Amino acid sequence: MIRRILAIARIEATITRRNRWLLMATVIMVLFAVALTLAGSAPTGSLGVNMLTVSVASMTTLSVYLAPLLALMMAFDSIAGEAERGGLGLLLSYPVSRAEILLGKFLAHLTALGFAMTIGFGTAGALAAFFGGVDAASLIALLRLVLTSILLGAAFLALGYMLSALAGSATGAAGLSAGLWLVFVVLYDLGLLGAVVFDAGGWFTQQVFPWLMAANPADAFRLWNIAASDGVAMATGLGGAAAALPAWVAPVSLSVWPALGLLLARRFFARLEP
Amino acid sequence: MADSILSIENAGKSRGALRVLDDVSLRAEPGQRIALLGHNGAGKSTLMKAVLGLTTLDDGAITIDGARPGSAHARTVTAYLPEAVAFHKSLTGREQLTLFARLADCPVAQVAGYLNRVGLAGAADRRIGTYSKGMRQRLGLAQVLLGRPKLALLDEPTSGLDPISRHELYAIIDEMADHGTAVVIASHTLTEVEARTDRIAILRDGRLVADDTLANLSLRAGLPTRLRVRAHADAADRIASETGGTRVNGVSVDLLCTPDRKMAELRRLSAMGEAVADIEMHPPRLEDLYRHYSKGDGQ
Ligand SMILES: Nc1ncnc2c1ncn2[C@@H]1O[C@H](COP(=O)(O)OP(=O)(O)OP(=O)(O)O)[C@@H](O)[C@H]1O
Ligand SMILES: [Mg+2]
Repeated sequence: MIRRILAIARIEATITRRNRWLLMATVIMVLFAVALTLAGSAPTGSLGVNMLTVSVASMTTLSVYLAPLLALMMAFDSIAGEAERGGLGLLLSYPVSRAEILLGKFLAHLTALGFAMTIGFGTAGALAAFFGGVDAASLIALLRLVLTSILLGAAFLALGYMLSALAGSATGAAGLSAGLWLVFVVLYDLGLLGAVVFDAGGWFTQQVFPWLMAANPADAFRLWNIAASDGVAMATGLGGAAAALPAWVAPVSLSVWPALGLLLARRFFARLEP
Repeated sequence: MADSILSIENAGKSRGALRVLDDVSLRAEPGQRIALLGHNGAGKSTLMKAVLGLTTLDDGAITIDGARPGSAHARTVTAYLPEAVAFHKSLTGREQLTLFARLADCPVAQVAGYLNRVGLAGAADRRIGTYSKGMRQRLGLAQVLLGRPKLALLDEPTSGLDPISRHELYAIIDEMADHGTAVVIASHTLTEVEARTDRIAILRDGRLVADDTLANLSLRAGLPTRLRVRAHADAADRIASETGGTRVNGVSVDLLCTPDRKMAELRRLSAMGEAVADIEMHPPRLEDLYRHYSKGDGQ
């Protein structure tokens, strides 16, 4: 089983490298991370935190948008595209299960995503450290940012596979992926914000809202990074929601999503007739 | 028979209101080459997909070497060439075949040999995106050879191949059959199939209307053999009137006779002595049989 997963992962890694996906994702990450770090260097003094902490805070905000986007772009074509081209039927005529195909692709894509994240955030971190100094806390915050970004990417890779299996065509999967991104990253928060404003600080805002927020992987990512670092919380001004929840909620939510996504993907993939 | 590699029993499948497969029963023994014929949309590809477990049946059952379609054992012993084979454009032929070798648990060192066997040795390290259609088809054929399958399902394997390549393809198929692989070939090119297969199965609208050797199918169809008699000098008229044949291009006479009347006709013609210069025999071709069975005359 491991052998077959690795065989699929190897070929997917070759494809990712060869169609310049890896290069593109890495360049995007580096560009955005470096730009944010340099742009965010100005107000450092007023908050009383060092440059790396501010940089991590702005990169956290960036990653909420970018990690799901990159992950979905990698994942949407992987099942539907192969089914459309006719390669999936041939692949499935070999003794390899759909779960193994899924895990092999996941492994390769996650590695590529992890590489891009590490290089991107790492470059920005090194830059911030060089110009503004570092301390242990800000380094840990950077490390946490990299790891949680990879987890967030993992969740959206899995959701991307699910949509890819569900849509049956690559163009359909692309559309669904764009919709999913919009809902999880933009509309969900807008909806919650509207509800909070309407509720005017009542029961919903106090009891339900933090949990609903943590249920969304993108928000769980934000909460985890904020709750764990005072400096980042201060810099993003989102400490309130994070404080209302037990510390384990956001990490658990963000860790469960990739597994849940893969299970859903597996289920829809099983129903796909190549 | 217990030693069938493939046994399809009363397979049936509906797609919406359409009966795509209806009560299809077919067996394949080791080393047999079976041609699966039928009009566009007859259900050939669907039948293959059902054998592979890629699509499910509504009725009936299929076993491959004793195993259920789609089971690990069935997939291990089965090789498949899809009708529209498409690989990933950015991979090279060698990389693609190496993946299949790994999945089939076949030594990766053998990949070069198989690429060589299908004439792709020179293009092995070029991207598949740069391959011609026939080259992609050859790559598809190379993966069929991996791991010595017991059953090979080839869906229109000659599409896109030039005449020499077709010939090589059938040589490869013969080789597989000699090693005991049962080969099922869905095809529209009747002339090739006629010479190179052991049995002919014909699907019409999802029903199996014929499944036998070419000789038996001819016998059962009772299609006439055509005798073309070339006459000496001015004997053509006489021969035509004596045998009841029709005159063609001046010196020849065409006679149609049923298989059981053939020898009697020949004796009568040879009794005519000098008047007959030559006799050509045209037994019914697969094309005639195909037309006969797939039009429904066989039922
Ligand atoms: N995925 C599908 N959904 C709905 N109908 C299908 C599907 N695949 C095949 N069919 C229908 O099933 C019937 C049999 O199709 P199949 O592909 O098996 O034909 P075929 O004998 O292989 O034809 P061809 O010689 O053109 O390849 C056709 O009527 C086709 O329209
Ligand atoms: Mg077909």
